[in-house]
Amino acid sequence: MDTLANLAMGFGVALTPYTLFLAFCGCFLGTIIGALPGLGPSNGVAILIPLAFALGLDATQALVLLTSVYYGTMYGGRISSILLNIPGDEPAMMTTLDGFPMARQGRAGDALVISGVASFTGSFLSTVGLVVIAPILASIAYLFGPAEYFALYLLAFATLGGMTSNNQAKSAFAACLGLGLAMIGLDNSTGLPRYTGGNLHLMDGIDFLVAIVGLFAIAEIFIFIESHGRNSAIGVTLGKLTIPWGDLKATFGTMMRSTGLGFVAGVLPGAGASLGSFMAYMAEKSYVGAKGNFGKGDPRGVAAPEAGNNAAAGGAMVPMLTLGVPGSGTTAVMLALLMTLNITPGPLLFKEQPEIVWGLIASLFIANIVLLIMNVPMVKLFVKILMVPAWVLMPMVTMVSFVGIFSLTGSYFDMLLMIAFGVLGYILRKLDVPTVPVILGILLGGQMEDALRRAMVISNGDWTFLFSTPIAVGLWAFAVLGFLAPMFLRKMLKRPPVPDSANED
Amino acid sequence: MASDRIFGLVVVIGALAFFAGALAIQTSFMSDPLGPRVFPILISGASLLCGLAMLARPDPDPEWPARAAWMSMSVALVVLVAYAYTIVPLGFLIPTAIASAAIGYLIEPKAVQSAVMGAALSVVLFVIFKFGLGLGLFAFPRALMG
Repeated sequence: MDTLANLAMGFGVALTPYTLFLAFCGCFLGTIIGALPGLGPSNGVAILIPLAFALGLDATQALVLLTSVYYGTMYGGRISSILLNIPGDEPAMMTTLDGFPMARQGRAGDALVISGVASFTGSFLSTVGLVVIAPILASIAYLFGPAEYFALYLLAFATLGGMTSNNQAKSAFAACLGLGLAMIGLDNSTGLPRYTGGNLHLMDGIDFLVAIVGLFAIAEIFIFIESHGRNSAIGVTLGKLTIPWGDLKATFGTMMRSTGLGFVAGVLPGAGASLGSFMAYMAEKSYVGAKGNFGKGDPRGVAAPEAGNNAAAGGAMVPMLTLGVPGSGTTAVMLALLMTLNITPGPLLFKEQPEIVWGLIASLFIANIVLLIMNVPMVKLFVKILMVPAWVLMPMVTMVSFVGIFSLTGSYFDMLLMIAFGVLGYILRKLDVPTVPVILGILLGGQMEDALRRAMVISNGDWTFLFSTPIAVGLWAFAVLGFLAPMFLRKMLKRPPVPDSANED
Repeated sequence: MASDRIFGLVVVIGALAFFAGALAIQTSFMSDPLGPRVFPILISGASLLCGLAMLARPDPDPEWPARAAWMSMSVALVVLVAYAYTIVPLGFLIPTAIASAAIGYLIEPKAVQSAVMGAALSVVLFVIFKFGLGLGLFAFPRALMG
């Protein structure tokens, strides 16, 4: 009952005409951002954060706007997957497998409606899951002291690169790079400068928004210039839209199963939406077995990944809100948003600022419903917007990034820093070094060091204190396991099965 | 192979420099047991291991862009830096139009199309930012506006 009362309070905070208007704007923008190839959930939300501040929105309003954008991008990614065979963002990759064949069979409209409903099911139910699980996890998180938090941060860094990157050394380096950048500025406890080189601009440290916009948005500009915008959209046709009730009924079970899987993938650290949609698709394929028409336009192949990735997006909010440790790139950006709003996620948030948590959760529900209403009938409009060519889109992204950072900090130094991060992001992308751990390092570096130093204050410099409780030891074990496991799993997955004859000699 | 070897070397040198930087951090007599140096030293140690791992087991080379693409990207970089320096003294409209046109041209080299797009984008964004979102932007050089 407590939960329901809290939820009612959340809706009280989030259901004002102005916030509804913001939710509507956010959903609209988010769907467009998700649909446009080259703009995904992370960089889409990133370039809008500075603008949300420049607008002078209060915490709840900013949260409503940007969570709507976040959820909107998860819906939007499917549009270009289905119509163009180009995933609008990474999690929508699996949707191309059956979505595009459906579009070629003239069933683009059906595929869009099915995936829209699947997206809704996935994210709505996972938000319900968030409501149920988050308070429980928050009450466990109360037991966490500095030693546990240090281990938890380590776990987040160890697993974040794991599943998506190909080289553990590179993802570990990315985390170190971020942590190192977080050291720049005044030291919290002694007040003395570190790594500033005497530069006054660096005394406050590097603003993580500058780093995020640089690494995600400005780096994308270089990628587009290199490829001459070859990935942009041309020639899309979409017939009359009808609602395929039969298919919706037939895929109901698929949506439910995929939602469950996706949610679990989202809650686990380091998995995120891409893995959620991948797992959901593969599981559904093997569940249906030979009867299925997967890869050739099976509606279940559209419903499964979409429900999976949206459910994972909701699930990823659980560790971010309760522990302050995001499990994916986009939740890292959401954490940046909360930190700029001076909100520290974690168990205390549930106790001390319940109106923020529950307002946020209520706004997730609102965003979902707005998105369903918007996405099914208005999909034609989004398809039109999808035709914006890269040579218009990229200058626009550049200018919005610059204006956002400029109006946030008002300094040319930060704009230069943003460009530098853009160059760094391009080089890292080329070398297959993931950029999300860099962001997470910059975001969490200060807190991670604080946790370690507080632990040492408590134990008076005794390092064994870090392993003194069962929770801490467990987290360390998972961190080591999470870091090492992908190395072996990757070998097993990629190495082709050895033919029998090879074993004889 | 070569790319990762060079990158690994850069990482190793960077890690050593970060370590040297950590030793140079001033510390105060009132510090906590750990002090401000230990965590950066841990980071430099971890980066050093990563750099050595990259040197030992480099990935295959990525597909680096051709010379022309490098040129385009350098031009884009110069344009962006110039934009950062000029947006305050010259106002929003003129630098934005030039920078957008340049980036558009670099993605699709059609001069007239890019110029028109740049000018239009600059005006549209100015109206949205200034009047829609209420940001404090100046259209033209402040000296001219008085």
